[in-house]
Amino acid sequence: MKLTRYVLYDILRNKIVLLYAAFLFLITAGLFQLEENSSKAILSLLTIVLTVLPLVSLIFTTIHYYNSYEFIELMLAQPLSRTRVLLSEYFGLVLSLLGAFWLGVGLPVLFYSPDAIGISLLITGSLLTLVFISMALFTSVHARDKAKGIGLALLLWFYFSLIYDGILLMLLFALSDYPMEKLTLLLSALNPIDLARIVIMLKMDVSALMGYTGAIYKNFFGNAYGTIFTLGVLILWAAFPLGLAKRKFLKKDM
Amino acid sequence: MSKVVFYFGVIFLLNSSVQGAVLLVGKNQTITSLNKAIQLAKEGDTIRILPGVYKEKNLVINKRLTLLGEGSPLFDGENKYEILLINANKVEVSGLSFDRSGYSAMNDFAAIKVIDTDSVTISNVQIFNAYFAIHVSNSTRTQIHDNDIIGSPASEQMTGNGIHLWKCSQAHIYNNNIRGHRDGIYFEFVTDSKIEKNFSRKNIRYGLHFMFSNSDYYGHNKFIDNGAGVAVMYSKNVTMLNNWFQQNWGASSYGLLLKDITDSHIEKNKFIRNTVGVLMEGSSRLQVKQNLFQANGWAMKVQASCDDNLFEKNNFIGNSFDIGTNGTLVLNKFTQNYWDKYEGYDLDRDGRGDIPHHPATLYSMLIEQNPTTLLLFRSFIVTLLDKAERAIPSLTPELLRDERPVMKQLLL
Repeated sequence: MKLTRYVLYDILRNKIVLLYAAFLFLITAGLFQLEENSSKAILSLLTIVLTVLPLVSLIFTTIHYYNSYEFIELMLAQPLSRTRVLLSEYFGLVLSLLGAFWLGVGLPVLFYSPDAIGISLLITGSLLTLVFISMALFTSVHARDKAKGIGLALLLWFYFSLIYDGILLMLLFALSDYPMEKLTLLLSALNPIDLARIVIMLKMDVSALMGYTGAIYKNFFGNAYGTIFTLGVLILWAAFPLGLAKRKFLKKDM
Repeated sequence: MSKVVFYFGVIFLLNSSVQGAVLLVGKNQTITSLNKAIQLAKEGDTIRILPGVYKEKNLVINKRLTLLGEGSPLFDGENKYEILLINANKVEVSGLSFDRSGYSAMNDFAAIKVIDTDSVTISNVQIFNAYFAIHVSNSTRTQIHDNDIIGSPASEQMTGNGIHLWKCSQAHIYNNNIRGHRDGIYFEFVTDSKIEKNFSRKNIRYGLHFMFSNSDYYGHNKFIDNGAGVAVMYSKNVTMLNNWFQQNWGASSYGLLLKDITDSHIEKNKFIRNTVGVLMEGSSRLQVKQNLFQANGWAMKVQASCDDNLFEKNNFIGNSFDIGTNGTLVLNKFTQNYWDKYEGYDLDRDGRGDIPHHPATLYSMLIEQNPTTLLLFRSFIVTLLDKAERAIPSLTPELLRDERPVMKQLLL
């Protein structure tokens, strides 16, 4: 706990997180001010949550890890378990980035548009932050080289926000003769960004989704089981890379 | 002097013929059944029916009578019989209630059936759990107003239509409240008629369904939450003004389905939260003006088989997709609409955008071909594809565009 506090102080001291929070706040509040109806602002926010948020989480975590490498080494010289050190890093990062997200996006959304869409945007945004911090921690623990670590993080971002969807689109067209509805449900679970997007889309485009294909997604994701499923899968997406990172970290020759 | 006497005589005669006699029907009256009263009544008489439950069946009115219910007397068809058949001109029915008229797979049983008449009026009637509620055929100048019709929604085959008109003209149907039937209002071969201020909701199939019905006017009606919305097919000279189409959700559900409609006006209507606001197929020379399309899945799907239609001064706000189409051929004109997705500018400050707006996106075309890709809606890659397509159109129809979109929402 104490260690987490030190990590948090360290992060807050270099002010980047504060700048990030201010940037989010400016954009969010600006969007709500500029757009006539709040649903259009939420739409632009969705793009930010689905692209900027993962990118910042990945890059920030990676850089932070490499910069505090000496601190970590020092801590490992103390009688502390390696798991505790890694988890302290993780929670320090989570607290700071989540705090920035809730300050920058959470406050304006709760003020301007505290409806189902707004709330689900905040929840999925928070979960995406968790997911991408643990992914970045995993790649940083793996790669000793800083440049390689950042490269991997960027690659992950490209993969999840662009390449995966591109492959999915091609797949859907290549196999358009087959009933793909069930399969796409499964495939969407393999990308946390897609999953988060679908959750919000279900709230936002409910009319369009009532068509045949959409109705299948609506039936699956729209009920309580679907919500539990998506939340569960997103939490898995956060826990699994963290677990892998921990395993590697325990055995790693620092 | 003799002239005056003659006039008095005429007035007296007219009076007696207009008013006729009044017969009372009630449990404690000399006449206890409507059937008896109808047999006793003469042309032009009035029958007043006192409160109570009457189990009568297959009543036939074949002379000019006025039926007045007091305290809404209830006629119970016991799920077996047709209750009332009107087969004479100028019959008026008002203030009655009907329950449980029979169901038959062979005949179109109805609570009230009207056949071969002129100027029949049905008003302030309540009809519950009917197969067909009001069934009119081959009649002119029928007036149906202020009725409450509530069906018990079973399957599509087990329920008839609320107000069903076949081969009629100059009908006037207004202020009716219809729900839980197959089609709320059904027209076939009905001409020169007016349908106003009706409220049709939660019907199994269509809120309003009409075919081969020319020169009709529909105004101020509300169609909400019907199984498949409203369908208008194979008709000419139809005017639809100030109607409200809301929340018609489903795979083949449309706010308004237009199939082979020509020379018609669709103006000042509101399409809100439908899966598809308007679907147009094979329709020509329609004027679609000053309508509001809000929060629909698709505001309009205009198939390539439509031509010479004009879409002017409509508001498109918060729809998932504004226009969908199934081909590259565009023979319609869009002008001066407000599109909330417009990304142009207005340098000369005349309130109109300086560059044209293309309401059909690449992705909306992709979805038309492969609906499963709906899964990727609002993803980064789709946004990129749409932007690229907007810069260099290749798949979207180049001619599907609004040359001068307005910058601010139109006041409708």
